[in-house]
Amino acid sequence: MADSTLPIGSVIDLTPPSEAYGTWLEQVHSWVVTVDHKKLGIMYVVYALIFLLVAGFEAILLRIQLMVPRNNFISPEVFNRLFTMHGTTMIFLMGMPMVIGFANYLVPLMVGARDMAFPRLNAFSFWMTALGGLFLYYSFVGGVGLQGAGSAPDFTWWGYAPLTERAFSRGHTADYWALALIVAGFGTIGAAVNIIATTLCMRCKGMTLFRMPLLPWLNLVVAGMILIAISPLTAAQIMLLIDRYLGGHFFDSQAGGAPYVWMHFFWIFGHPEVYILVLPAFAIANEVIPVFSRKAIFGYPAMVAASAGIGLISLSVWAHHMFTVGMTSAQNAFFVLSTGLVGVPTGIKIFNWIATMWGGKIRFATPMLFCTAFVVQFLFAGLTGIILSTAPWNWQLHNSYFVIAHFHYVLVGAIIFCIFAGFYYWFPKVTGRMLDERLGKWHFWLFVLGFHMTFDLMHIPGLLGMPRSIYTYEPGRGWESWNMLVSIGGIIQAVATLIFVYNLVYSYFKGAEAGPDPWDAWTLEWATSSPPPEYNFASEPVVNSRRPLWDLKHPEDPDSRYE
Amino acid sequence: MNFLCAGEDPQIMFAGWLQRKGPGPAAYALLLLLSCAGHAAWGAPTDNIVYQTPSIFQPQSGPAHMIYHLSLFVMQITGAIFIVVAAFWLYVVVRFRQRDPKDDSEPPQIYGSTQIEMAWTVIPILIVLVLFLTTARILFAIQDAKMPPTATHVDVVGHQFWWEFNYPDYRFTTVGELHVPVSTEQAPMTTSLRLLSADVVHAFWVPALMGKIDTIPNKVNSMWFNPDKVGMYVGQCAQFCGVEHAKMLLRVYVQTPDDFAAWVKNQQQPAVQDPAVAEGRQVFESQACISCHVIRGTAANGKFGPDLTHLMSRDTIASGASANTPADLKLWIKDPDYVKPGSLMPAMQLSDDQIDKIVAYLSTLK
Repeated sequence: MADSTLPIGSVIDLTPPSEAYGTWLEQVHSWVVTVDHKKLGIMYVVYALIFLLVAGFEAILLRIQLMVPRNNFISPEVFNRLFTMHGTTMIFLMGMPMVIGFANYLVPLMVGARDMAFPRLNAFSFWMTALGGLFLYYSFVGGVGLQGAGSAPDFTWWGYAPLTERAFSRGHTADYWALALIVAGFGTIGAAVNIIATTLCMRCKGMTLFRMPLLPWLNLVVAGMILIAISPLTAAQIMLLIDRYLGGHFFDSQAGGAPYVWMHFFWIFGHPEVYILVLPAFAIANEVIPVFSRKAIFGYPAMVAASAGIGLISLSVWAHHMFTVGMTSAQNAFFVLSTGLVGVPTGIKIFNWIATMWGGKIRFATPMLFCTAFVVQFLFAGLTGIILSTAPWNWQLHNSYFVIAHFHYVLVGAIIFCIFAGFYYWFPKVTGRMLDERLGKWHFWLFVLGFHMTFDLMHIPGLLGMPRSIYTYEPGRGWESWNMLVSIGGIIQAVATLIFVYNLVYSYFKGAEAGPDPWDAWTLEWATSSPPPEYNFASEPVVNSRRPLWDLKHPEDPDSRYE
Repeated sequence: MNFLCAGEDPQIMFAGWLQRKGPGPAAYALLLLLSCAGHAAWGAPTDNIVYQTPSIFQPQSGPAHMIYHLSLFVMQITGAIFIVVAAFWLYVVVRFRQRDPKDDSEPPQIYGSTQIEMAWTVIPILIVLVLFLTTARILFAIQDAKMPPTATHVDVVGHQFWWEFNYPDYRFTTVGELHVPVSTEQAPMTTSLRLLSADVVHAFWVPALMGKIDTIPNKVNSMWFNPDKVGMYVGQCAQFCGVEHAKMLLRVYVQTPDDFAAWVKNQQQPAVQDPAVAEGRQVFESQACISCHVIRGTAANGKFGPDLTHLMSRDTIASGASANTPADLKLWIKDPDYVKPGSLMPAMQLSDDQIDKIVAYLSTLK
């Protein structure tokens, strides 16, 4: 029930109790046909969680294989398939649906709207993304083609042509891979259109663009980047399919095609993609850090500007993935500079988070623990990014384990940490129950331990000359003990993740009642009941500042006075 | 315990690891975990282990030294940034944590400061410019260096899954093991590489000598180095290129000018014709071996596989996956997939007698 002490939002809750929805089958039906942004958001997140477990399991198999040199735990063919699937899954079926799921659930609530701008497009986007996942994993069964044995894509997630061409990838695995990315890409573009329309057109009364909370702001920037970045990927995949089936020669080197062009197409998608994943993670930190520091975010306009700056600059850095492909020295120098510059707005964000915590009264509940670790881990990941941007040194580091360590530091140390924070922070809103704090602390500390053991140490074999994508390595190279420790760290992370999943299930049934506003927070989603009714707010909220609930709780000193 | 019972090699290796590190309970738990390993591969008779760490911090050539010095500079700057910012982070986390859980008063609200924002925008921009200028200087120095007329030219061709080295000035081809002359102050000797690919994208990387550079079909890349110490340097393919990417190893032998000249002279000769192994040669030439391999001076003129004219001048076979001994050679010819699963060399279904004769013949190709 809504809290009637809060005049913003739902005063009278007209939602029937859940038993009124009917039988189990009718309930399932209601999820399948839903156009409600909250149900779709939950489905996105659950879908992403399932693939997190699948791709995590693949990673554990890879790490067992690499524990000792010349291991034969799995064959080279299987290893290559697993790391291709691990990468593709984590980016397209875990990362993207996860951040879009959070945006889907939260953006309308935070801007005081009743749903996304285009609810049916929203449902369409989700089911397209789901179909993409189905295509990719169907390749395990349907990718057999001419190869014989069971199969799956085995050419890395960046799929450099001509390995993906028919001469080198017989069977249908490359087709399923290309189709999966095209179809999931359509879903992503639909979601981006929806987020743009919702943030620009659906804000409640009084919420000017500069009163919009940072989470919708960052997702607006991300949605713009998605529109620009996904298109080249889709185009490249269509060209690949034309090569494979219609006799095209875009990347087909034996007929004069240019594999080099694939690299540009892929990375002009691939680098903005990193920011497409990391900005929504920043968005979560932007909400969690102020609430648990009990302070307004420091430098809101700078945070908005920095996000937009990252969005713009990150469109011009893609070829820092390609310092070793033989570009001219002038081209290389350009991408050194642009990559360095993208670090500036990113740095501003880190400084602003620390400044937000400065002078606060920081409550270290589990969401804040994850965000606190995130800040310093992201600092480290950003600095190894600067290291990688220095082209001559990049000639040594590129495609070594140093790179793997760097981008996992971003993807796990920043993105996954923020997503975990988001789970602990908004789970009470979504289910009406708190996640268990004791299990949460276990999850956090084990995950921190495993994370640092794996990804701190993983830099070292890279510096010692160990290339990526290898199913085994020679003994005597000085890489053995590092790899063993890295693998053990991976297993610790897996255990922590299982604790988290157990916590989700346990707390869903047994968790403490949350009430509408368990964290004493300030944005609109906390003004309605937990879980919110289908229509979110019984009456349209009216806001006067960036923190409407702060104004409500502190009428003597409202934010609107200072903005 | 399939893993331990598999070929000699991993067993010895793992025992060596245990000896160095000392077995703890964790090691035994891991042994248990690894016991679910699959069928035995890596059963090569000779262990073929080189104890050398290809660290990027042990440069042995001009460009590698330049990269090393750049890396030290960049690490100092990024390290200093990390220490300063992380110290602020640590201070905030310790100093401003909520001390009394019952105290629910709110701290003073601060919304931002334009001066501070300006400061932490301008200072990073200056740092980025310094890093950029330093990087660009090294970048242009390496990439746009003029090759001296005395340079040794080598065309490197990446194949699935081995390296071909053509010496256009000396008109011969070798495989897997690149030989170059050492460069001293008195007699500077630069090696200039042109890099090409026969099939997919590979990357040539010998950390001690130079950064990696891709070999891309339909594109010619170039790179150079001037090694300053005689010795053997290991490296391997650094861009995923298919099933056996991991076993696409390579070695660079840096030799004194005299040794290098002698090596070149030998490589330029056609294959040794030893009448004692005429029978082996006859078996070799009557099989499909000759449609993939070259042995100069014989009927073997295939271009798909490695040149075998001076096979015995090399320390390894199968692109470094195996040592070059008669026993290894025998195993490799009998079942290449056993030594290097996914290798493109087929098992020719030869009898043991035929293989013995072929190996006897190949063993004369000094």
